[in-house]
Amino acid sequence: MICVKKATKLMLYGALIAVLFVALWVLENTLPKSTMLFTVLKKGVIYALLAVSMNLLNGFTGLFSLGQAGFMLIGAYTYAITTIPVAQRMAVYQYYEGGIVQFALPVFAAILLAGLMAALFAYLIGLPVLRLKSDYLAIATLGFAEILRALVQYDKFGPLTNGSNLLRKFPTFSSVLFPFAVVAVCLFLIVLLMNSTYGRAFKAIRDDEIAAEAMGINLARHKQLAFVISSFFAGVGGALLAMYQASVQASTFKVAMTYEILLIVVIGGMGSITGSVLASFLFIACSEWWLRFLDTEQFLFGVQVPLLRSGFRMVVFSVVIMVVVLFYRKGIMGDKELPDLFRRRKLPKEAIK
Amino acid sequence: MEFFSGIGEFIGRNLPYILAGISVGGQYALIAVGYTMVYGILRLINFAHGDIFTIAGFFMVYIAAAMPLYVAIPLVIVLTVLLGFTVERVAYKPLRTAPRMSVMISAIGVSYLLQNLAWYVTGGLAKLYPVIPFISNSVTIGGATTKMVTLITPFLTIALVVVLVMLIKHTKIGMAMRAVSKDFETAQLMGIKINSVISMTFIIGSFLAAVGSMLYFTNYATVTPTVGAMPGLKAFVAAVFGGIGSIPGAVVGAFIIGICENIIKALGYSTFSDAFTFALLIVILVVKPTGLFGEKLSEKV
Repeated sequence: MICVKKATKLMLYGALIAVLFVALWVLENTLPKSTMLFTVLKKGVIYALLAVSMNLLNGFTGLFSLGQAGFMLIGAYTYAITTIPVAQRMAVYQYYEGGIVQFALPVFAAILLAGLMAALFAYLIGLPVLRLKSDYLAIATLGFAEILRALVQYDKFGPLTNGSNLLRKFPTFSSVLFPFAVVAVCLFLIVLLMNSTYGRAFKAIRDDEIAAEAMGINLARHKQLAFVISSFFAGVGGALLAMYQASVQASTFKVAMTYEILLIVVIGGMGSITGSVLASFLFIACSEWWLRFLDTEQFLFGVQVPLLRSGFRMVVFSVVIMVVVLFYRKGIMGDKELPDLFRRRKLPKEAIK
Repeated sequence: MEFFSGIGEFIGRNLPYILAGISVGGQYALIAVGYTMVYGILRLINFAHGDIFTIAGFFMVYIAAAMPLYVAIPLVIVLTVLLGFTVERVAYKPLRTAPRMSVMISAIGVSYLLQNLAWYVTGGLAKLYPVIPFISNSVTIGGATTKMVTLITPFLTIALVVVLVMLIKHTKIGMAMRAVSKDFETAQLMGIKINSVISMTFIIGSFLAAVGSMLYFTNYATVTPTVGAMPGLKAFVAAVFGGIGSIPGAVVGAFIIGICENIIKALGYSTFSDAFTFALLIVILVVKPTGLFGEKLSEKV
């Protein structure tokens, strides 16, 4: 009985995802390419992956890390360095005689490698850092992200990283379907992970470290694992972001980027995957599209609306975020998932039975 | 002997850098005191502190354009103190019973808001900091030309910190601060008005940040919306280095970081001057998390 239920549920989710992709495909073939909608969808889905990867650590495992931008940087650079076509390298690495990497990987291999490199760095960084607690961990991971940024820009590594110059001319995507497909696979893996014993162990660590340890969970190993997995997906997200932007420069991967993703996670709800996804789309849609009008001078009934000029959008936006942080601390979803909301409505009926 | 003459020669050769290091160290120290006091009492990394420092810079830019300096300087200090006070009341006080991470997220939110606000008001352009006479005059010491502010900063910093330490050791509010930082709840039970103590902490921190910003921007001449983020983080590292919660520790830490950073620049590794600070932070956290002068904190179960 339960098996049948589970199978129908899986089919339902599969069907929903299929519908989503068909809808995207239809949209892409009917609307003009330059619509803001596509920008929002592309950037939103990439941020969804980044937010979920951060949520995995901050929301599910209770490890407050602010190193996200550093791992995204590793991912973006790994992808860019390994995929620039050999013929183009002279032009990109103009100050370093074409650089030292003289091969180009296929796109998917490079994306995977981007994740793996980020995971490797996370493993090495995690060894000393994960012994720290709460805000010390936050500031130490933030420090590592800054160190990575400085290292990438170091002139001596120029033949590999192109120093502080742009990396460009690597393969990018034009269809919305590509990032959606990659992110869907990643999110599927994350959901599987969270429903496994590992996922439950992570949540146990978040709720009470000492109790979790008493129950036989190896704290050091699980924290390390969560850190590495989260960074893997941050690396993949970084690679996608590089593709979206069509160029990479270390100086853009600042702490501010980590803060932005953290705020998305908070808006969505710490510990909710669907919350993070929803919040990413909302965040990107608001900042890139819906609130754009605040940035230009507007006339209403012939009178100029006061305050509206460049930059006002971000002010309104950050006020909204502060309101969420202060008064709706649980965010959109709390620690629930989207399907839970439908389930809750059915509960009273079952209780009557 | 040869070793000392070697050091002497090194100092002689890099005197401008070392002077700059001492000066910037003093400026970090003034910010670091604000971090360390807030952390000592609320256990909160006040991420917005660096932005309060920036906003103090902008206050000066705008007010000095409209008023003579002898009005502008006190007014800037008063406004910055008000800003620090308001931030605490609006963004941190409602979260007093919330988990520590929520307050930190709120601090990040405030930082984001202040930066965006600064961007909106200035249009994202770098603003020229007004010239404060006397402290921006040039002086020459040992063949190195520098601004007067470089010489004044360390003395002013130390004087302010000595006053602050006296205040904390010998006044009633200082005693209350020490009590609150030792044990939040017991202090409350003993009839200490927690909220006024916390407000006082933010007032002192913002006051020092305002003074620090005047010294810092006199040296660097321009203010941009995100300029305070890096000095803010470095000051925090200084506070951790010296032992969080310890005021003399924060000052010593800040001077060490300021000087090291500039020596690294002198050696030609400017790319790593920021990274060095964070590397130092990580080494300290891993090897001796209590810092140079910090008290041992036992984690309660």
